[in-house]
Amino acid sequence: MSNSTVTLKIDGVEITVPEGTMILKAATDNGIRIPTLCALEGLSNSGGCRLCLVEIAGSPKLFAACITPVSSGMVVTTNSERLKEYRKMTVQLLLSERTHVCSVCVANDHCELQSLANELGVDHVMFERKWTDYKIDSTHDFLVIDRNRCILCTRCIRVCDEIEGAHTLDLKMRGKDTQVIMDLDNNWGVSCSCTSCRKCAKVCPVGAIYVEEEPLARTKHKEIAEFLLARRRR
Amino acid sequence: MLREDKRRELLDNFMRKHEYDESALLEILHKTQEIYGYLDNESLMYVAQSLNLPPSHVYGVATFYSFFKLKAAGEHVVTGCLGTACYVKGVEEIMQAVEREFNVKRGESTADGKLSLFVTRCIGACAMAPSVVIDGEVMGKATPELVINKLKLLLGGNKTETR
Amino acid sequence: MEGTRLKLGDLQKIAEHEVDFERAFKHRINVCCSSGCVPFGAFDVLKAFQEAVKEFGVEKECKVARTGCVGTCAVGPAVVIEPGDYLYQNVTPDKVRQIVRDHIVLGLPVKDMLYQNEAFFKKQHRLVLRNAGKIDPTRIQDYIAAGGYAAIVKCLATMTPQGVIYEVLGSGLRGRGGAGFPTGQKWSLVARSHSSPKYIVANLDEGDPGVFANRTLAEADPHAILEGMLIAAYAVGAEKGYIYIRAEYPLAIETLQKAIAQARAMSLLGENVLETSFKFDVELRFGAGAFVAGEETAILASVEGRRAMPRPRPPYPANSGLWGKPTLIQNVETLANIPLIVLNGGAWFSKIGTGKCTGTKCFSLTGKVNNPGIIEVPMGITLHEVVFDVGGGVADNRKFKAVLVGGPSGGCLPETLLELPIDYDSLTRVGAIMGSGGIVVIDDKSCMVDTAKFFTDFCIDESCGKCTPCRAGLAKIKEIFEGITRGEGNLEDLATLEKASIYIRDASLCGLGQTAPNPVITTLRYFKDEYVRHIVDKVCPADRCFKNVKEVNKQ
Ligand SMILES: Cc1cc2nc3c(=O)[nH]c(=O)nc-3n(C[C@H](O)[C@H](O)[C@H](O)COP(=O)(O)O)c2cc1C
Ligand code: FES
Repeated sequence: MSNSTVTLKIDGVEITVPEGTMILKAATDNGIRIPTLCALEGLSNSGGCRLCLVEIAGSPKLFAACITPVSSGMVVTTNSERLKEYRKMTVQLLLSERTHVCSVCVANDHCELQSLANELGVDHVMFERKWTDYKIDSTHDFLVIDRNRCILCTRCIRVCDEIEGAHTLDLKMRGKDTQVIMDLDNNWGVSCSCTSCRKCAKVCPVGAIYVEEEPLARTKHKEIAEFLLARRRR
Repeated sequence: MLREDKRRELLDNFMRKHEYDESALLEILHKTQEIYGYLDNESLMYVAQSLNLPPSHVYGVATFYSFFKLKAAGEHVVTGCLGTACYVKGVEEIMQAVEREFNVKRGESTADGKLSLFVTRCIGACAMAPSVVIDGEVMGKATPELVINKLKLLLGGNKTETR
Repeated sequence: MEGTRLKLGDLQKIAEHEVDFERAFKHRINVCCSSGCVPFGAFDVLKAFQEAVKEFGVEKECKVARTGCVGTCAVGPAVVIEPGDYLYQNVTPDKVRQIVRDHIVLGLPVKDMLYQNEAFFKKQHRLVLRNAGKIDPTRIQDYIAAGGYAAIVKCLATMTPQGVIYEVLGSGLRGRGGAGFPTGQKWSLVARSHSSPKYIVANLDEGDPGVFANRTLAEADPHAILEGMLIAAYAVGAEKGYIYIRAEYPLAIETLQKAIAQARAMSLLGENVLETSFKFDVELRFGAGAFVAGEETAILASVEGRRAMPRPRPPYPANSGLWGKPTLIQNVETLANIPLIVLNGGAWFSKIGTGKCTGTKCFSLTGKVNNPGIIEVPMGITLHEVVFDVGGGVADNRKFKAVLVGGPSGGCLPETLLELPIDYDSLTRVGAIMGSGGIVVIDDKSCMVDTAKFFTDFCIDESCGKCTPCRAGLAKIKEIFEGITRGEGNLEDLATLEKASIYIRDASLCGLGQTAPNPVITTLRYFKDEYVRHIVDKVCPADRCFKNVKEVNKQ
């Protein structure tokens, strides 16, 4: 594309960025924080978690900042009362959709969902919590998946496909029954395509995929995708 | 039922016709289901290998669409339409009656594998609602009695356990 | 004639030949062989007519034809005898001899077998369904004789692509698939896109349960869809088209397959259409039971052979669609309007309907109504006219309670809104949508809480699961409903329901989630007292809820 730049306003601040930049990046690069979960630098964008929703003046709709490109003269609001309330709602839904108990979770204190809840001031959940009982798959030598904690952000699937190139992981079913699977929904231990590279565990924002007996603080390394991508030679 | 090598050949020919194009995956899965009756892991893996697709991708597609079945259906299949028109006209009562009568849950088969009960969302026979499909034949303006009698007739001699 | 490559001037000759051929017959017996009538023996009736005309020695004066649907699907098999448009209902093979003897031989229509509800047709205006029930959908010559493919000839011979778009813009036609986006504008966007090749996707997914108007069209007049696609392709510069059709529609698939083969054989599709330099071909793609696949970014994923997961827009398919190329996605009903607009001009079309909402709309009229079926009415007609005039009122002499407009994510509208004119903007204003044209009449035996719960259930089943509000939010709404219908609800639940619904509407990624709460929002708005009675008095006015609770209590 061309080298032309675009000027827009985010939360009242005038910002100039290259054409084609996503609103999220434009904001982050200029010190404006927009909460995210599914977005990860270095991976394609999904736009699914809906935490990064922003308002754009002139449209009644909300836009996912991670996947909406800037345009000239755009006026973006990232933290209106409505947006704050919707973000809380999203976090509450994620917390009550499956079994999330921080105190017994491997990711306690290293969990992006947990810190978002703190940051956004989610002090209660207005919905009844659901206690799912999916079987934990620990058949792999050292990688474990606990789908009760999965928030379906699909970072693991994208990193496996786009960075590692294995495409071991994908989704099965749809709607609330959606699950992350390996190959033909096989046990991880017998996977025909998994390279045991651990990238999925490195980018998991919660405690759904982790390395057995390794502290999460050591496993987690969500910059890995961006790092590898930046050094990849065609 | 065709012999295994015959079925394979049918599937191979079909995939060749589509030039092993990954965008024809849905068509190919339709064909596989038509040939084998349902999609088991073996045929899914075969399709994945033939089209050079990751197995998880093929599995993901096969389970996303409710038309694809990953389990063999019973000898006889009854499918109730849970579309709007049929619901408003009381298909739920029919479903419950069948469940009670034949001791089968929706989405599953009877213990002896004689009868499967499925649901679908609208088969387009809404003006004749409620509609039920029994072994591929549409029954319009269905009632619990009509459906149960028809099923009893079908299951006839080789009785399924009824309550 | 079939199989010879046609040139531009040849169509006229076919049409004249067919008309002469038709003239030799005094009567035409049209037997509806659509999906509505086939399960009730339409093909047997067709055969019985063929035999009966021979038996009475009138086969030279009677043409027995298999046709598409006339719309009266509740009283099928339906047979129309021309001239005079006598519509026989519930015809069975054993009635056929009497009909042929009395009506054809003696000239005395059999009164007590005729369809009596003239009102059903009176307020209808058939443009899209112009040929439905009149021509044999399996014969391309029938379509040509009825003026078919004349519009693409006109385009190729005398119009520029810009000229075609100009007419479509002038017609004011808006998309019939739900959103109502101006069709001409969409065409301009795709035409202006520089990248190539370009694609067209005709949307025949029709996942709305209770809706079967697109299927009726495909089974009755498949060539109208193909001609619409050809014209669109010519206008925007596309080379390849896909028709995405639900696998649940086997007869429509078969009809379209035949139509495509015939059109190819006559060089109406393929490399050099009608011996010009214009090329365009069409392929069918089968859906597999996913409502969300009708959404325009999901349909792209599905045509590419992937999970039908919608993606955020922009980029719009007009710029980046199938395989990243410019793609025009259009509902089949929208496309079937196009030949008429080309032949008669945009100005002519814009006079039908209302100023802001031109043309007609096909609806599937179902539920507790006397004359269910497929109808086509001018835009701007009132709901009252549709339910009580065309539909003949509520069935079984029950009382009208609500009408659901727009499918599972439409709105439940009460009696006080019956005078509302049907058009995109009026419907949106009251919380409903045009959707793909479902109108379901609900009587006083139904419970509105139960109805809203049913639609929520549907949307949960059909949600793709990608975005949090739709996937997790709808499930929570359902849990609240379950509490209420178990007798465990409290009045605070209503506030939670409303809050969650509005959040899901605003925050969801695609149209499914954005419209899924409509039934909840509208029933809360128009039928709140029913919710309150459930919660406070633990009474379901229609006696549908609390069933399980009662059974437990009995034991
Ligand atoms: C959940 C969902 C389902 C849809 N299903 C259909 C459908 O079955 N048929 C259809 O034509 N459009 C459907 N649409 C609308 C399409 O996204 C799209 O707007 C339409 O096909 C465009 O064609 P039109 O401009 O001719 O209406 C659906 C939209 C959503 C959000
Ligand atoms: S709703 Fe049942 S056939 Fe359409």
